[in-house]
Amino acid sequence: MRIPEDTLREMLRLMYTIRAFECRARQLFEERRLRGSFMGALHSYEGEEAVAVGACIGLRPDDYILSTHRGHGHCIAKGVDVKFMMAELLGKETGISKGRGGSMHMFDPALGLLGGNGIVGGGIPLALGPAFSAQYRHTDQVTVCFFGDGAACQGNFHESLNLASLWKLPVIYICENNQYAVTTPVNESIAVANVADRAAGYGCPGEVVDGSDVLAVYRAVTEAVQRARGGAGPMLLECKTYRYQAHCMVIPDRRDPQELARWQKEHDPIRHFERYLLDQQIMDEAQQSKLNEQVHKTVEAAVTFAEASPLPHPSTVAEHLWAED
Amino acid sequence: MREVSYVKALNEALSEEMARDESVFLIGEDLVELGGGSGATKGLAERFGTHRVRQTPLSEAAFVGLAVGAAMTGLRPVVEIMYVDFVTVCMDQIVNQAAKLRYMSGGQLTIPLVIRSQGGGGTSEAAQHSQSLEAWFAHTPGLKVVMPATAADAKGLLKSAIRDDNPVIFLEHKLLYATKGPAPREEYLIPLGQADVKRPGQDITLVATSFMVHKSLAAAEAVADKISVEVIDPRTLIPLDIDCINTSVQKTGRLLVVQEACTHGGFGSEIVRRVTEQCFGALKTAPRVLGGANLPMPFSHPLETACIPQEEKIIDQIERMVTDA
Ligand SMILES: Cc1ncc(C[n+]2csc(CCOP(=O)(O)OP(=O)(O)O)c2C)c(N)n1
Ligand SMILES: [Mg+2]
Repeated sequence: MRIPEDTLREMLRLMYTIRAFECRARQLFEERRLRGSFMGALHSYEGEEAVAVGACIGLRPDDYILSTHRGHGHCIAKGVDVKFMMAELLGKETGISKGRGGSMHMFDPALGLLGGNGIVGGGIPLALGPAFSAQYRHTDQVTVCFFGDGAACQGNFHESLNLASLWKLPVIYICENNQYAVTTPVNESIAVANVADRAAGYGCPGEVVDGSDVLAVYRAVTEAVQRARGGAGPMLLECKTYRYQAHCMVIPDRRDPQELARWQKEHDPIRHFERYLLDQQIMDEAQQSKLNEQVHKTVEAAVTFAEASPLPHPSTVAEHLWAED
Repeated sequence: MREVSYVKALNEALSEEMARDESVFLIGEDLVELGGGSGATKGLAERFGTHRVRQTPLSEAAFVGLAVGAAMTGLRPVVEIMYVDFVTVCMDQIVNQAAKLRYMSGGQLTIPLVIRSQGGGGTSEAAQHSQSLEAWFAHTPGLKVVMPATAADAKGLLKSAIRDDNPVIFLEHKLLYATKGPAPREEYLIPLGQADVKRPGQDITLVATSFMVHKSLAAAEAVADKISVEVIDPRTLIPLDIDCINTSVQKTGRLLVVQEACTHGGFGSEIVRRVTEQCFGALKTAPRVLGGANLPMPFSHPLETACIPQEEKIIDQIERMVTDA
């Protein structure tokens, strides 16, 4: 599969953006915490960038995705402007969900982003809907549903995979296996070696993918998308990955620091892809660092935008509940 | 006007709406041959095809989730949950997803969804097939709650529910399906949020829901020679036509709410709260709720009967409230 160079550069830009965004969001969180104010729960996607970017870059704007509590990466990869995301993190009226959602609930239906979820696994049944809807309306849109290794242990996973496969719904389930659900390692929660192995039980294909290799994710998802668009039904992909930060900002990280260091050294998705672009002579170091600088500027502009934006007025609190309002 | 059964009225509403709007589809268990738990969907698969009448595996979380996701992406699903008691296994999709997605997305998502189900006791089906759970839904901002008591209301309200752009919980009663009443053959709508004075009166306002409307009307008739009872069916709990109830209480000075749901924490208390706050000066005696026993519904007939408000009890309560003052 030949991938256009522009697409490769865009992949790097998106991965840089996710990392810079997450890093800056953590800083804001810390600053606010020191001042005694809350910014809700913040789940960093650092370390997992290749999954969202590899999965979303080949999707069309009218394809749907369902995201998770750890969803900033998915939003950025699907094309959301980081300034509206940053404003949402700060609870501003200009936020992508007008300050009603926060970190875990970013939506942009125009870009096919049908939202994160505060309920672990909550998006797994929901994803059947846009897939069914596309089938019903005879469009060839596909739906990608991200969920974690923890979510894979929810009962609705079984119901949904069975129904998706039974009705050949155009949905791709992507398990982001980052090895932990808060503090619980996968080998204490999942009875088989790979979540993808379970696909056999639903009569659909499953595949384990190196989640630190953006091109591997891209290839696997592209194949799954082609199948789904062609009417062959769902697929279960499992991307093995690792999160660099604690589960969220307020939970102490008790993982083995050597384990983290090993993942960072051997499997960092960004370093890995930078080397690839160098080797292929697609982008040299200077071009890469220039791109990264631009990305940091964009993220900084997003912070400026977010901080300058007004908070929602309390008199508007009841807006957006009912369709007729 | 012709007489029609409650279940046939529901069937007509579904059929008319499916004919009018292709985006309307039905989903639930045993809908095709059996016509669902009540027979309300009988014949619809033959008429509209099984792609619009989707018979599912026993996977309430999956198919409710599917419906919510389909509603977000342009369809108008009508879900059937065989018994309202089974909502416990898909409550997340209703309470955390359907009810909240519009608000959390800052108004970006629209969820035109109807969930039909049947509640109520009286058929010796014991505690897991006899509940009246309307208060659970009414307690969740973002859901409309409809409880038709007659064939005419069932048809007009279901059609409005299907056309509504919000999630609507539509609660039928298992003892009502076979009951007959006058209902126009042709198309008509009853707006959500409009109570109906089922019997005008002067001495006491009796607000009743679902099957209790009929018992209350019988009780009102039984005391008619000495007490004039006004019987009001709110028909929808959310939105609630409190003005209609208040106007009546201003006239009668007395309020009795009769509900089949267990008394504590029930919606009757909510009606009493609102009337007390708004019509305190007009009240001649303390408002009361006559509800079901605060017990799991027992199986054995005499025990079950003892748990559900019966006509004699309603008569007794009316007499005490009117003579007490
Ligand atoms: C139904 C539910 N149970 C528990 C939680 C609390 N919780 C939030 S994230 C999380 C871990 C999720 O693990 P995983 O699915 O692997 O995703 P990860 O955080 O690793 O990305 C838990 C237990 C929740 N939000 N929802
Ligand atoms: Mg995990």
